[in-house]
Amino acid sequence: MLRQKQFVKKTRSGNVVKVVKEHYLRDDIWCSVETCKACDHSTTVLSSTPSINKLFPRPHYIVPDTNIFMNQIDVMEKSQITNVIVLQTVLEEVKHLSLPIHKRVRDMINNKEKHFHVFSNEHHRETFIEKLKDESPNDRNDRAIRVAAKWYANHIRNLKPEVSIVLMTDDAANRAKAIADGLQAVSVKWYIEALDNNELLDMISDTKELDDGKQMIYEEHLSPAHLSNGIKSGRFFQGKLGISSHNYLEGSVYTKIDGQDGTILIVGRENLNRAVDGDIIAVELLPKSEWRTTPTGVVIDEEEEKKEEESLKAEQKAAATQEDAVMTTATQDTPQPCGKVVGIIRRNWRQYCGFIDRKTVSTAAGSSAPINVLFFAMEHKIPKIKFRTRQAHSLLGQRVIVAIDSWPKTSKYPIGHFIRSLGEAGDKSTETEVLLLEHDVPFHEFSKQVLSFLPVEGENWVVQPEHFNGREDFRQLNVCSIDPPGCTDIDDALHVVPLPNGNFQVGVHIADVTHFVKPGNVMDQEAANRGTTVYLVDKRIDMLPGLLGTNLCSLRSNVERLAFSCIWELNDSAEIVNVRFTKSVIASKASLTYEEAQNRIDDERMQDDVTKGIRTLNMLAKKLKQKRLDMGALTLASPEVRFNLERDTQDPVDVEMKELKETNALVEEFMLLANISVARKIYEKFPDSAMLRCHPTPPSVNFEKLEKAVARMGITIDHSTSKTLSDSLDNAVIPDEPYFNKLLRIMTTRCMMQALYFCSGTITEQEFKHYGLATDIYTHFTSPIRRYSDVMVHRQLHAAIDSDVAYGTELTDKEAMNELCGVLNHRNRMAQQAARSSVELFTHLFFKNKVEEEEGYVIRILKNAFIVLVPKYGIEGIVYASAMVAKTDAAPTSSTTGAETAVVAAAPAKVSQAVLVYNPETDSLQSTEPLSEGQVPKVQIQLFQKVMVQISIDDDLKGGGEGGMRQKLKMSLLKPFIEGISVHGVCNKDDPEAKAFSSSANSDSSLANGTALKKRGGQEEATKRAGKRSKA
Amino acid sequence: MSRVELLTPEGLRIDGRRPAELRKITSTTSVLSQADGSAYLEHGNTKVLAAVYGPREARRRAQVLHDRAILNVEFNVAPFSTGERRRRTKNDKRLLEMASFVKQTFEPVVITSLYARSQIDIYLQIIQHDGGTLQACINAATMALIDAGIAMTEYVCACTAGWVESEAAIDLNHIEESSDTSEVTIAMLPKSGKITLMQMESRLHVDKLEEVFTLAGEGCKQIHEVIDKTIRERAEDLAKKMQ
Repeated sequence: MLRQKQFVKKTRSGNVVKVVKEHYLRDDIWCSVETCKACDHSTTVLSSTPSINKLFPRPHYIVPDTNIFMNQIDVMEKSQITNVIVLQTVLEEVKHLSLPIHKRVRDMINNKEKHFHVFSNEHHRETFIEKLKDESPNDRNDRAIRVAAKWYANHIRNLKPEVSIVLMTDDAANRAKAIADGLQAVSVKWYIEALDNNELLDMISDTKELDDGKQMIYEEHLSPAHLSNGIKSGRFFQGKLGISSHNYLEGSVYTKIDGQDGTILIVGRENLNRAVDGDIIAVELLPKSEWRTTPTGVVIDEEEEKKEEESLKAEQKAAATQEDAVMTTATQDTPQPCGKVVGIIRRNWRQYCGFIDRKTVSTAAGSSAPINVLFFAMEHKIPKIKFRTRQAHSLLGQRVIVAIDSWPKTSKYPIGHFIRSLGEAGDKSTETEVLLLEHDVPFHEFSKQVLSFLPVEGENWVVQPEHFNGREDFRQLNVCSIDPPGCTDIDDALHVVPLPNGNFQVGVHIADVTHFVKPGNVMDQEAANRGTTVYLVDKRIDMLPGLLGTNLCSLRSNVERLAFSCIWELNDSAEIVNVRFTKSVIASKASLTYEEAQNRIDDERMQDDVTKGIRTLNMLAKKLKQKRLDMGALTLASPEVRFNLERDTQDPVDVEMKELKETNALVEEFMLLANISVARKIYEKFPDSAMLRCHPTPPSVNFEKLEKAVARMGITIDHSTSKTLSDSLDNAVIPDEPYFNKLLRIMTTRCMMQALYFCSGTITEQEFKHYGLATDIYTHFTSPIRRYSDVMVHRQLHAAIDSDVAYGTELTDKEAMNELCGVLNHRNRMAQQAARSSVELFTHLFFKNKVEEEEGYVIRILKNAFIVLVPKYGIEGIVYASAMVAKTDAAPTSSTTGAETAVVAAAPAKVSQAVLVYNPETDSLQSTEPLSEGQVPKVQIQLFQKVMVQISIDDDLKGGGEGGMRQKLKMSLLKPFIEGISVHGVCNKDDPEAKAFSSSANSDSSLANGTALKKRGGQEEATKRAGKRSKA
Repeated sequence: MSRVELLTPEGLRIDGRRPAELRKITSTTSVLSQADGSAYLEHGNTKVLAAVYGPREARRRAQVLHDRAILNVEFNVAPFSTGERRRRTKNDKRLLEMASFVKQTFEPVVITSLYARSQIDIYLQIIQHDGGTLQACINAATMALIDAGIAMTEYVCACTAGWVESEAAIDLNHIEESSDTSEVTIAMLPKSGKITLMQMESRLHVDKLEEVFTLAGEGCKQIHEVIDKTIRERAEDLAKKMQ
């Protein structure tokens, strides 16, 4: 083994430091070709008969360069590409450039069927090269790749059957050099074209071909050095861009301005300068004169959308004079700082689900000529993406996945490539897959490797005598579990025993998941990555394999199960006398639903031990709850609904509000108690690395709008502490409006910050506080089957109670724990959103072929629209405040489409005209007639106002009609009747009130304005904001 | 996951070694004519100079032991030994600790009773630092003591091993050391297999200790071979000169 040294100079941030590293060159790095006898390898990766391509007569191995992986990763992942030699040089460069892509490459390498071999050429004696004088690092790496390819070509020259090496690079100069060296070189495009596969061809990212703009549309981004200098000097601000969910041309960055936390608004296409939601960007402030005050969000103007369509059709004349959808309003409010993007520090591009804009498919049906099409992402915040496809017609009406490759300054839209099709739009399984993908939920089946860590006994696993080692035997206790109906993953059970001294022994028993899931193994890693079980309306995406979740860990009745128990002694007024934790074996006596438990409590005739226990628990729980409320715990509300599904088709047949019973509260109280007790214990043992959960105090700005609105009704909200907030909520009752209090609670929920997991060593003890529960410390311990955080807490608690437990750094490493918290917070948020989207999807299915008229409440006022919540279905929708008026110089085609809007009328093109205008003083929308001092406008839309709306599904739009496939539900105003906005109801025309409303209106129902249904958009934004804040 | 990948899935460490491979060791003795014995040792890029003075009369009367010699170890790191120039005071606790480790290592091995009422000084100087200073110091001190002709029961060879990613790795360099790796240094009498020093400052799972420990022991034996060869060559050289 030959060893040599090499010296590398490296600069670190700030001062220049010379770093000397050793670099050993070896001669025991093997080629891994199956038939090679010269090498001493034991296992081989590259098959002896690699694939053949028309371009190359001989079977060959592919040696791609870095850019192939960076730009064409989707193609490389296809099963057609096998037998690839990944050079160490390439792998390191990829890792340096993009960690996600590096991970995907690594996954391919681990996939045996792909035959990807990593060749450590940098440590191979014959393929290592020194950097030449005046050679750039890139040139050096290109040369290293050629040298390695050449070495391989020589090495396998005489093998039988014959094989060869093909260097794959898109760099023409590199190809020329390679060919001069006697190598075979090819670009991806040629290679794939020779495979004759349309789908693969579509997946090639070819920026140059799509970027036909000659004109510079955007300002150039500054160089990274420039940016980092600017950020250091305070001229630029760095932050994560969050695009408004109502207008994709408006974004904001949460950052520190002059040492203070603040938000910079970025409005308009030019100012956004090619930044996409989630990117880390550098922003420069605009001069103060250009700052503006804006309402919370502006729905994008249909007009501007249309212009975009047109400009795309006549692509050569890129409309540079594009106006922005935003109207400035002159108000006395202090203007918000506005800025423009000067550079992008890190992209946050991912793959997007969406659909093709029908109008951009210009070729005749059946044609497979490549055309450029526009793509709408399901996520409203993402701009349209331009890509090239040969299968446009078959993709119409389907959900497809597209990735962004680049966004050159000459192109109005980002340029991407097709990845795959998911299936027919509107189809339940397709849409479910879309929402899982969109929310980044890992939903693939558990791999064989993961399943190999399940107990070998499988279903027949039983508690063995050796399991009693270190466990208490609680099998005799009257333990029972109370869960929602149909629950199969039971992770908690309770018991109570009266003690001789008049106190009670209360036990909470949690499924002992960590007995089965050992730290660090594949199953554990998989669970950590999934983070949580995701509950959709019609299915569940498990965090742990079903055998554990629904059987071995699940605390089912009348079987012995391992548990982790938390045992208190509570006195008569439910104060904790003492608490202890222990691993145990239990045998639950009954698994009840909330309803069954409630019936047992109520039914006087039931006098068995379990029932008596439940009654005692109920008594204690009420006391606990009262104490908690006295401390200032909040009772909030959310408009949650449950669907009754048809058994076979799983189609929704009915919707009902989720009902809460006393027994729900019973279980909840003891779970909270357990969580708090456990949090204290693990914080004591792991002061630096305990996994805890906090709920930050919401900042005053969150309440501003709401306070203003309720002030009009003579109600004040004091949110200084959770106690005062909870009191003011209790007092906010309007006698003739019973729903008002609930509504207020729903809206208060949206002012809250997101609760977060954190690692105790990373923030100060004051910040541990859980605002909503009004406790100083909190964690999650009670649902290890469905949450990974609880698994970690179980491990920490076990280490805390038993000093003999061996544990590794996974419980003590602050950094790793913090990282894990970040992952779990993300997964949690995504799981919540996915669940909501699933409900939304089923709402859509429910309203299919239905028109409903319902009462709703205005919960948010936007610039030119307002959002209505319909409590009965728990849905929210936008009602636009601008009417469609027939345009005099009608455009040739009817084309009003868009991200947010859907116009039903197929008649001549319409122009939007504001019927109601936003009044920032009262935060309301009012009619436009001129007002004299003190006069009340004719029509006014205010927060909390009760309105009638019509909900229906728009069948025209389903399946890609006019491109607007994103939304399918519309909500139209019935009363108050406003000309141009409202529609006439079908059933309650005789309603005298409705008549009164519409007395002044001459109706024209064809002027109906479509509405987009966006469920809980506001909350999502709050979520996002909270997330951003935690990053900052 | 911004941490450096210390061990690739292909089984190569950052500098191209495999987990169980030592760095290149070069060594010479009698490099300083002033000292009674001296040695210069390189473990890859870690370079140490050791000088031994004595046995000689003890500096301070009060310290003199009537039945054996005192061992005095001084340890120093050159300001230019790392990328960033840093000067350390003589009383740096870290340096004193290192010196005391070396002292403890050699006290049971040097046959001090042969040199009653005297003092043996070992001066150690790190010239370049790239991880594994303690092992390098002990190995260099062994050579310098032998060069000075001081009676010892056996060689003392030291080697570090640590838990890198998911495997035990030997002879960690600076990058590996500084990315939170648990590291064990042991000093061993290679022939008898006795351990005179075992030092570990970070947490290591008890299940992994044995593997790391065994690997370090292997390393000690390999190091013994290398330095023994140098010593023998020097001795032969000297013998030739005397003829």
